[in-house]
Amino acid sequence: MRKFIERAGPPLAAILVLLVVWEIAVTIYQIEPWLLPAPTAILREAIQSHSRLWVHTRATLEIAIFGFLLGAVVGGALSVLLHAVFPPLRQALYPLIILSQNIPIIALAPLLVVWFGFGMLPKVLVIALMCFFPILVAALQGLDYPDPAMLDYLRVIGASRSQIFFMLELPNSLPHLFSGLKVSATYSMMGAVISEWLGAQQGLGIYMRLSAASFRTDRIFVCIVLIVALSLLFFGCIAFLERKLIHWNPRKEGA
Amino acid sequence: MLVLEHVAMHYQRGRDILPVLEDISLQVEKGEFVALIGPSGCGKSTLFKLIGGLLTPTSGTIWLEGQKINGHTGHISYVPQHNSLFPWRTVEGNAALALEVSGMPRQQALQIAREWLPRMGLAGYEKAYPQTLSGGMQQRVSFLRALLSPQELMCLDEPFGALDALTRLEMQRWLLDVWEQHRRTVMLVTHSIEEALFLADRIYVLSQRPARIIKEVTIPFNRPRTPATMALPRFIELRQEIHALL
Ligand SMILES: Nc1ncnc2c1ncn2[C@@H]1O[C@H](COP(=O)(O)OP(=O)(O)O)[C@@H](O)[C@H]1O
Ligand SMILES: [Mg+2]
Repeated sequence: MRKFIERAGPPLAAILVLLVVWEIAVTIYQIEPWLLPAPTAILREAIQSHSRLWVHTRATLEIAIFGFLLGAVVGGALSVLLHAVFPPLRQALYPLIILSQNIPIIALAPLLVVWFGFGMLPKVLVIALMCFFPILVAALQGLDYPDPAMLDYLRVIGASRSQIFFMLELPNSLPHLFSGLKVSATYSMMGAVISEWLGAQQGLGIYMRLSAASFRTDRIFVCIVLIVALSLLFFGCIAFLERKLIHWNPRKEGA
Repeated sequence: MLVLEHVAMHYQRGRDILPVLEDISLQVEKGEFVALIGPSGCGKSTLFKLIGGLLTPTSGTIWLEGQKINGHTGHISYVPQHNSLFPWRTVEGNAALALEVSGMPRQQALQIAREWLPRMGLAGYEKAYPQTLSGGMQQRVSFLRALLSPQELMCLDEPFGALDALTRLEMQRWLLDVWEQHRRTVMLVTHSIEEALFLADRIYVLSQRPARIIKEVTIPFNRPRTPATMALPRFIELRQEIHALL
């Protein structure tokens, strides 16, 4: 607990100072609320509209989580497929996969709408497309480069290809996989908001757009705060899972 | 048991060729403890990689129980130079590894490993992770893993090289004890003359790279050996004789 205060204290204090300065500046210079609302005004708006906010948040969270899960499954499965099951496939597919990351999402998104309509599917696909790549690259790194001395040991005592995979390469790639998952978890909220701009009934992205159109800057700020908080929460969940699953890493003492 | 016939090996580094082993011929009998001693970088680990089948000799033949094993893996039990314990496996899981690779069901392999750990001085550490143990204890786990490995020939590559002098001495005595009880066929690589003299039945002395065998010494001391063995006049004589060669 003391560790937490030591680490989280300074940035929290900095944020608090920023908020106070912001509040005072807005009051003193009488800045129009549609230009820059005061932090207290933003908080008031958040409390007032909390039931409506929840509807939008839930819609965004839903596609973010589905998209992330789809991306994680595809990324993980693809890494195993390219590494272990059929390596020649890798030479053929890897360049295509890298290419897929160079197609601007903004350009691809309307295409997905044409193909799949305005429902959840195209949005989930956009998010999955953003999420699978960091997971795939990280997992492959772990599968491809286990400790050479450990690999030599297994080969000397006569381990089969599949024993090497399950005893060495797979556990070796777990920490890498989690780095990828953390990056993707952060992308997934962003991806969800962007994908809602394609057109949606509900969601923070669409709510932001409507708020911008009616100059409700306070609502935009509420959305931003929510998105940041949810991204952090998502990241935290993955980090928690990582600690539970990768039990062999030496813990920092005295926590 | 093991016979090497005119084994030579060179590494290819781009266009350069680095000759490492030049015409090595030796044999190890069943139940024998043979030490290989040579200067650092002369090719001792390379020799084990050849016997282990990770590398194929440039020329020559490696025979194990009458079978040619050039480039074939799976024939030896191995204690690598860096203990290469698996960080995600507990002590018992690491000790059971070679048994699992040989096809034994996991639970049965773990059971056997658990029975052995107390005899290795590792009672109570079954569920510990190797990276939380001292260097000497890690080496015991690595050694037990090789001892439980089903292959008859055990190859130990400088198992005590990374330990401090006191731990090293203690581990040498411990290894001697274990070996005198179990009598597996052992090849030990070391660059410590005393270690070789204290532990082995026979010593091959290797030259600088490219390595040749420059001397074969049969060690006359009776077993069980004790620290007093190291004080015998013949021990000191042999030590100086080998020292002069290196
Ligand atoms: N894979 C390799 N490729 C090229 N040279 C190597 C390789 N492995 C070892 N060597 C070289 O071969 C020589 C012998 O290495 P090694 O067998 O590890 O020696 P030792 O175990 O006796 O200290 C060293 O000079 C080393 O640099
Ligand atoms: Mg070596």
